[in-house]
Amino acid sequence: MTVAIYEVFRRERAGAAMQHAGSVAAPDERFAEIYAREQYGRRGESDALWLVRRDAVHEIADFVDEFDLKYRRVDGYSIKERLKEARERAGTAAPADR
Amino acid sequence: MTERVDLLLAVADDELILGWRNSEWTGIAPFLEEDVAFSSIAQNEIGHARALYELVARELGTDADAVAFDREPHEYRSAPLVELRRLEWARTIARHWLYETADAIRLESLKASDDTELAGIAAKIDREEVYHRIHAEMWIDRLLASPEGRPRLEEALDELWPYALGVLDGELRPELVDRVGAKLDRTLPDVEPVPRGRHEAELAELLEEMTSVRRSAPAGARW
Repeated sequence: MTVAIYEVFRRERAGAAMQHAGSVAAPDERFAEIYAREQYGRRGESDALWLVRRDAVHEIADFVDEFDLKYRRVDGYSIKERLKEARERAGTAAPADR
Repeated sequence: MTERVDLLLAVADDELILGWRNSEWTGIAPFLEEDVAFSSIAQNEIGHARALYELVARELGTDADAVAFDREPHEYRSAPLVELRRLEWARTIARHWLYETADAIRLESLKASDDTELAGIAAKIDREEVYHRIHAEMWIDRLLASPEGRPRLEEALDELWPYALGVLDGELRPELVDRVGAKLDRTLPDVEPVPRGRHEAELAELLEEMTSVRRSAPAGARW
């Protein structure tokens, strides 16, 4: 039996983002659906699943940075600190929901 | 024993015994995904049995575990179809599909019952059985479409057909003949059903194993 790999994405509750949950091997979409239901949905842990055949996924895995363009990265740049300073300058308090 | 208890036990015992039989595949099913799915189906069946045993227990003034485990083999009301130990995949799938098809017909009739409690629980069970039927059907379609699978499945279906008829009462059997015949696109042999009430030798063995933990702690155990 030839099987295809289906990547499974799971949503915990309505409105949440889909997250990669794992994969199932199945001979066709009907089997994949049942297997995904049983593996990723039988304990009430999912509100929705997406099944995507692995060969339908377009992968990008080459990221060049020949000239070391560090300034495009934000490592070490503390947004929190900058915001605090800006608020002090403007004399306003942080929003209550933060 | 009332007619109601008798009916509830027939359905509950079928689900418990088949749940047990299907769980015998846990760890050794043909591939991992099927192992998980088939084990999950087995657990569902046992869950259905428990819900029905609770209704029986209430009528008999006992508890569900006592109803499920403390009877003698001849007191079980299960159909011989579910008692057979057929640890071979073509036969397992054939039995699974025949049982689910018969069970669907039985649940339809229970859902129309005047006994609203029974009709309600049948509807609840049926909502899970939908997925068992999808699982069984997809396997049947797959095997029927395969030159190697079809003859093995057909052989298993012929062997189990008299047992499948025995799951249902006489008036529901013609519907099973129609549904199974339509899927296989052939006329099924006109055979004598293997009726409920008779038991296969394998049942005693199964009960011996299934009740061993309970018998080892007669005072009851807490988990």
